[in-house]
Amino acid sequence: MNKSGREVVVIGGGLGGLWATLTIAGSGHRVQLFSLFEVMRSHSACAQGGINAVLDTKGQHDNVQQHILDTLKGGSYLANQPPVKSMCEDAPGLIRTFERMGVTFSRTPEGLLDQRLFGGVKNKRTCFAGASTGQQLLAGVDQQVRRLEADGLVRKHEWWEFLGLVQDAGGVCCGIVAMDLRSLSVQTFRADAVVLASGGLGQLYAPQTTCSTNSTGAAASRVYQQGARFANAEFFQFHPTAMLGEDKTRLMSEAARGEGGRVWVPKDPTDRREPNRIPEAERYYFLEDWYPAYGNTVPRDIASRAIWRVCRELGQGIGGDDRVYLDLTHLDRDFVEARLGAILSIYRKFAGTDPVAEPMQIFPAAHYAMGGLWIDFEVDPAGGGIRPGSPRNHATNIPGLYACGECDYGYHGANRLGANSLLSASYSGRVAGEAVLSRLAGIERGADRLPDKTFDDAVHRQRTLNAELMANRGGDNAYELHQELGELMTTRVGVVRDNASLDRAAAELAELEQRAARIDLAETRPWANQTLAYARQVQDMIRLARVMAASARARDECRGAHYKPEFELPLPARRASGADDPEWQAYLERWRANNERWLKTSVAEHTPDGPRIGHEPVDLSVLPPAEPRDYR
Amino acid sequence: MTSITSAQDRPVAALRTRGDNRARGGAPNHLISAGATPSETTAGTPQRNDPAGHARTVTLRIRRQDHPRSLPYWEQFRVRVSSGENVVSMLRKLRLDPVTSDGRRVGPVAFEHNCMEEVCGACAMLIDGRPRPSCSTLLSELGDLIQLEPLPKFPVVRDLMVDRARLFENLKRVRAWVRLDGAYDTHERAPRMSQKQWAADYLFSRCINCGVCAAACPQFPDGAGALEPQADGFVGPAALAQVRLLNAHPLGGYDKPDRLHAIMAEGGLSDCGNAQNCVRVCPKQIPLTSAIGELGRQTTVQVVKDLFGG
Repeated sequence: MNKSGREVVVIGGGLGGLWATLTIAGSGHRVQLFSLFEVMRSHSACAQGGINAVLDTKGQHDNVQQHILDTLKGGSYLANQPPVKSMCEDAPGLIRTFERMGVTFSRTPEGLLDQRLFGGVKNKRTCFAGASTGQQLLAGVDQQVRRLEADGLVRKHEWWEFLGLVQDAGGVCCGIVAMDLRSLSVQTFRADAVVLASGGLGQLYAPQTTCSTNSTGAAASRVYQQGARFANAEFFQFHPTAMLGEDKTRLMSEAARGEGGRVWVPKDPTDRREPNRIPEAERYYFLEDWYPAYGNTVPRDIASRAIWRVCRELGQGIGGDDRVYLDLTHLDRDFVEARLGAILSIYRKFAGTDPVAEPMQIFPAAHYAMGGLWIDFEVDPAGGGIRPGSPRNHATNIPGLYACGECDYGYHGANRLGANSLLSASYSGRVAGEAVLSRLAGIERGADRLPDKTFDDAVHRQRTLNAELMANRGGDNAYELHQELGELMTTRVGVVRDNASLDRAAAELAELEQRAARIDLAETRPWANQTLAYARQVQDMIRLARVMAASARARDECRGAHYKPEFELPLPARRASGADDPEWQAYLERWRANNERWLKTSVAEHTPDGPRIGHEPVDLSVLPPAEPRDYR
Repeated sequence: MTSITSAQDRPVAALRTRGDNRARGGAPNHLISAGATPSETTAGTPQRNDPAGHARTVTLRIRRQDHPRSLPYWEQFRVRVSSGENVVSMLRKLRLDPVTSDGRRVGPVAFEHNCMEEVCGACAMLIDGRPRPSCSTLLSELGDLIQLEPLPKFPVVRDLMVDRARLFENLKRVRAWVRLDGAYDTHERAPRMSQKQWAADYLFSRCINCGVCAAACPQFPDGAGALEPQADGFVGPAALAQVRLLNAHPLGGYDKPDRLHAIMAEGGLSDCGNAQNCVRVCPKQIPLTSAIGELGRQTTVQVVKDLFGG
């Protein structure tokens, strides 16, 4: 049944992990799949709006080249280009595969896959399944993995937490050490390849985040501390439209803007009238005013900063607070209901008001990590994309360890386009799976030959850490430390950054890390002790936060989601009037010089004294940066 | 206040077993039908969110259990909450410093939650006797005394955490998947589908496997006492709805006879007692009983086909 006799471990049951599992097990190899909970419950389910793929069925002459350009330009050219090229080229085939799985994509009156407009692009390119696309895609892959599970090719370890890699004397990854979240038993699992698909890290900003509680980044932090390089950590996307809340800030999909939603504030911030009673003339549609070409569908970083500016710098937020209106009330009710039903039901359920009748109130929130574990790729000289099936694709610098999904840094550069995350999660899972298959074929000595001692040592180390935490008394509360971390990150490593504040962040995080070593669990039950697992996550979240703060400190420029006003290159007051516009030419010169200095991937390496940040070149072989972003 | 109680302390909704329902002629469970369903209270007349917070103190009565094999007990807490909060946010607040009403510091209450947007299905529990997702249960819908218990029918892991592995075993029993040749591109355009069919199918694709329908179903076997998940007895409404969904898909339809035979076997469609609790409690308003009705017609046709060797 197991074709190779080799063992593969996949960590994470979201889109990336399930796609990797499906690809590997679908080829007849056995996969052990680890997840913190039932795999259906991953954060992929939360993606609402859609998944990008060029189908060109809307009479707009859309083409793959434009998808590549939009992705690269949206990411301020920081993404390595061959993987982006291959992802965009493969997107339509992925959609077709999902459709065969039974995913209920929305249809046109002709019965074809419908496509909608999303932020940062001018063409309708986003496939969607109502407004619960992530949940639908996840269900499709979940069903396929369950089929392979029934065939004996997939063994699920649900309710297990990944604690670390097991590496042989040469540093090669030869398995994992993990904890059963019920019995708290710590065990190792041998593997010839490990795929980490542990998702994002928005919980570093909690509760000002749209992410699920499991998006802690702890697993990525653990392999980073074991030597995996972490790239572009400073690039973290703040979603412009999240509803406010105490436990979390819930995402209002970008589709709300794509389908015609308008963002505005009362011209008079002290205006206390109900929004529907404020006449047009007394509303300020600031996105439409500042960016006439794209209006409300500007990319997320621009929208986030515009809202930040309106509220924090201009003091124009509703009632002077951190909130603006996202308005759907001018649209046809039935149209809105059909296109955005799921997100509207979220707003109704959690805010208690109806967005069809009354504008929603929103503010930016921590949403998506563009940065992540450094991964390799191999260029296919023939096509300029990545070479299909290369064992280098999605390989981290630790031999035998692969990363895919939000926990890698591969596709989004300095900022991610809307509806590209479901695409990259799925695509990267498949590519990582194919790379693992190639690696397995080349392995002569498997992890099963290694001495037990390597694995016993790993178990001993982890049991000691658990025992120490269980014995701690009088230290900090894990939940309160997490709150402090979230406040610190939101204030100092957030939408707008400056170096003095980042220096303070680094010092405060180092102090938090010290305190986290002495967490008092306040419960010592040896069964399903949630606080133990949580405390260990908080410790590793703080270590990852230090990487983000250090990477942000090291980059003195504005690029994509990383915004340091001190180093901003302001755009000329108006768009270029022609090729010889002197003001525009001067700006282009400054822009090119800045790219010369900063168009580089930041790479963090773990040292006992904290993260060490270096920079390496970006592969610009597909579309060299020719012009800056200008969404006006 | 702490008292060791027996399972009899659990509300009727939790204890109704198969057979009860038939004896009552399929009448809906009164506890579930007594109040408005979650969908009615949230989608009907929206209340304005109170930005000032409108704080109040609620008394929280929680049924706790330290281990699957230990006895349950009740503990009571008093928590200061604001009107915009929900049951999950209240439990998150409580875990910061869990002190009972009579002043004892106790271990944090174990509970599950991930997305807090009612899309991951993790946080379902029994709230004032009704199964519902706790993240989307706003405190403004509840009184000053709130009672929380683990989702019935499933084995308790600890406190409000249950093991819902049986839901997923049931999806295997009904073969809830399309048999792909492989998860690679076949370079063929997706099959066309009318908007009308899409709209009908989409309703069923929104299942989040929260287990609320199973908890409310009188026919779904009570496995609360089982230490290992059981995969027998009635498959439950959620798995049946997936059969309805996949049978309708152009490729999924190829295996329709297999799925129909699976639900014509023991523990399948005929175990439904038509109590209709499932459709009342589903947080996603999935028309579960329509799915069951449609499958009744499909199995009838299948029986005829089987007779004539179709």
